[in-house]
Amino acid sequence: MPDAPERANRPALSLHVPEPPGRPGDAPDFSHVQVLPAGATPRPDSATPARAMADMVYGLVRVLNDAGDAVGPWNPRLSPETLLAMLRVMVTTRVYDDRMFRAQRQGKTSFYIKSTGEEAVAVGAAFAMQPDDMCFPIYRQQGLLIARGYPLRLMMNQVYSNRGDPLHGRQLPIMYSSKEFHWFSISGNLGTQVPQAVGWAMASAIKNDSRIAATWTGEGATAEGDFHHACTFASVYRAPVILNVVNNQWAISSFQGIAGGEQTTFAARALGYGIAGLRIDGNDILAVHAATAWAADRARANLGPTIIEHFTYRAESHSTSDDPGAYRPAKEGEAWPLGDPIERLKRHLIRLGAWDEERHAALQAETIDAVRAVQREAEKLGTLGDQTFHDIGTMFEDVYEQMPWHLAEQRAQSAAEVEAARS
Amino acid sequence: MSTMNMIEALNSAHQIVMERDDNVVTLGEDVGYFGGVFRVTAGLQKRFGKHRAFDTPIAESGIVGACVGMAAYGLRPVAEIQFADYIYPAIDQIVSEAARLRYRSSGDWPMPITIRSPYGGGIFGGQTHSQSPEALFAHVAGLKTVIPSTPYDAKGLLIAAIEDNDPVVFFEPKRIYNGPFEGFYDRPASPWSKHPASDVPEGYYAIPLGKAAVVRPGEAVTVLAYGTMVHVARATAEHLGVDAEVIDLRTIVPVDIETIEESVKKTGRCLVLHEATRTAGFGAELAALVQERCFYHLEAPVERVTGWDTPYPHSLEWAYFPGPVRLGLAFKKILEA
Repeated sequence: MPDAPERANRPALSLHVPEPPGRPGDAPDFSHVQVLPAGATPRPDSATPARAMADMVYGLVRVLNDAGDAVGPWNPRLSPETLLAMLRVMVTTRVYDDRMFRAQRQGKTSFYIKSTGEEAVAVGAAFAMQPDDMCFPIYRQQGLLIARGYPLRLMMNQVYSNRGDPLHGRQLPIMYSSKEFHWFSISGNLGTQVPQAVGWAMASAIKNDSRIAATWTGEGATAEGDFHHACTFASVYRAPVILNVVNNQWAISSFQGIAGGEQTTFAARALGYGIAGLRIDGNDILAVHAATAWAADRARANLGPTIIEHFTYRAESHSTSDDPGAYRPAKEGEAWPLGDPIERLKRHLIRLGAWDEERHAALQAETIDAVRAVQREAEKLGTLGDQTFHDIGTMFEDVYEQMPWHLAEQRAQSAAEVEAARS
Repeated sequence: MSTMNMIEALNSAHQIVMERDDNVVTLGEDVGYFGGVFRVTAGLQKRFGKHRAFDTPIAESGIVGACVGMAAYGLRPVAEIQFADYIYPAIDQIVSEAARLRYRSSGDWPMPITIRSPYGGGIFGGQTHSQSPEALFAHVAGLKTVIPSTPYDAKGLLIAAIEDNDPVVFFEPKRIYNGPFEGFYDRPASPWSKHPASDVPEGYYAIPLGKAAVVRPGEAVTVLAYGTMVHVARATAEHLGVDAEVIDLRTIVPVDIETIEESVKKTGRCLVLHEATRTAGFGAELAALVQERCFYHLEAPVERVTGWDTPYPHSLEWAYFPGPVRLGLAFKKILEA
């Protein structure tokens, strides 16, 4: 114990527990965020050895400046058509999130997670990858699934766990899965998808395929062992994989300092593994697109993995079960220095002369109508609230390829239970 | 036919399946160039190349996590976890991921993964090289758990496990890699070559998962066992002159309930035997199944003979191990009841 006489003259230790710059009642404070000017961070060739580009993990790749111009070496020089397509998906994602959030509040489902403020992270990646590259996402990349053309109707059916849910109501809302769209089943156990993505990429390389894998994790779950196992495996085998760390500042109520962000950046995790690391403005869809394309080129050339830290902000609650007012300053989101990803792309398109406020307002209105129409269709197949589920017998399917005797017996017992409840 | 010990039989299973199916890859700590600390994967890298048999970092969760991704791609990975005692870091990837992916994706992502691991005690391996954690995996929906007891079964069951489209945990009782062990630790060890089950076909054959084998017919009492304990049961019964019917379960999930039921209804007595700790061990499940299905045929309570509920001790290994003395006392008790 500290007062043992033999230790009487030694200096006392003190534990450091990180604390965010503001709590409820405080003014928002992002003075610790160093916002480098757009265009200021250099762009190394995608074949650059990781050690020779170590500084990138402390930089901040930004393309869109405050005026809405695309500047600097990372400008992906996308056509206005592509930019507009990206804008449409981002708007759709935000509207979809809004409708589903309300549906949860109306008792139509149990749970929902919005991606508000982080749409560029998902949508930018979708446009920079091939549609058959494999994604191992977490639960805030719905924009990517929408960008790939997965039907909103099926997403809603999943969220409602209704009769049209392709996952038979087995998964929590938003845990989408689609083999056809190269989108791996989302897990609620955080970080598990990262070594899985590396394994998929290793398999692709074993088979001399040309497809690569990408995975996303929040900054919070980079503390999981699986993230570090994945980095080791990715480095050892030079796996063709993009390891995205979405640093949205908050893991439920824990600010990014609790995950280790106070002493260094999350991109800097790459240095210890000899992996290329990029730190980018995650609210700048052109930066996301450019960094993803850079990492994809590197992976396709057998030069191995890249860790991309997307520096962004979780503009709303973690989920429908969370109230950020209990742990962070009110209006913190409005003070976020990197702005809103949709507003920034809109400003750029207007600056290019390819868009204007009227057309944007029209797009917004059309999208709301379109998403509502899909929602009405989805609700015809039921919602969790009205309990129009798949048949109870389906609960026992897909546990194994062939149902073993004990499950067949339990299914019969379950059917008898249903009968007993009816009579 | 060749005479093989269990290691050679398991190696032969790998050789045959990897020859037949390009999608089978073998990975794990020391499994590549060196061929595994127990030599089960010897020669695979030389024959099939570094893309098909390779070393991994010491990270069991990384190994199984990578296997999940490989299976999602369409490969059929076979991972070695060097000792069953090291499997715990991979629990999340096994339990929450591999075991559930077919279910949670409604069939989109089956997980044809085999996780092999040397297990059990009797080699003075101390606490970290002796455990029998099969009950933890038997408890998990979506997993199959297999434990062979002879070279012949090891090869046929491993081929079936690798070809199975669901994840299989395959525990290899390392005490019997080189010869059957009857529990008489103070007697000279006998090699597999003196045992008929070391006659192993060189070619392909599979033993279906979920099928037990009656390895010794008898009328007085049914012994349910697997792995090393099958040999202990048979030898002890012979040594004491007990007319025991010894059933080698071979697969504990799914368990062969028909063979169990048939035997217990015939003998009216049932003794379950495992090396693992007693409380909530797989023997508890067996005892429950037997009383649910055979209660009115039972002449005596179901007996459990197991390891003690302690960590596996190093120097006191033989006091821990459920050997012929413990089993003999249980035989006496159940037959006199």
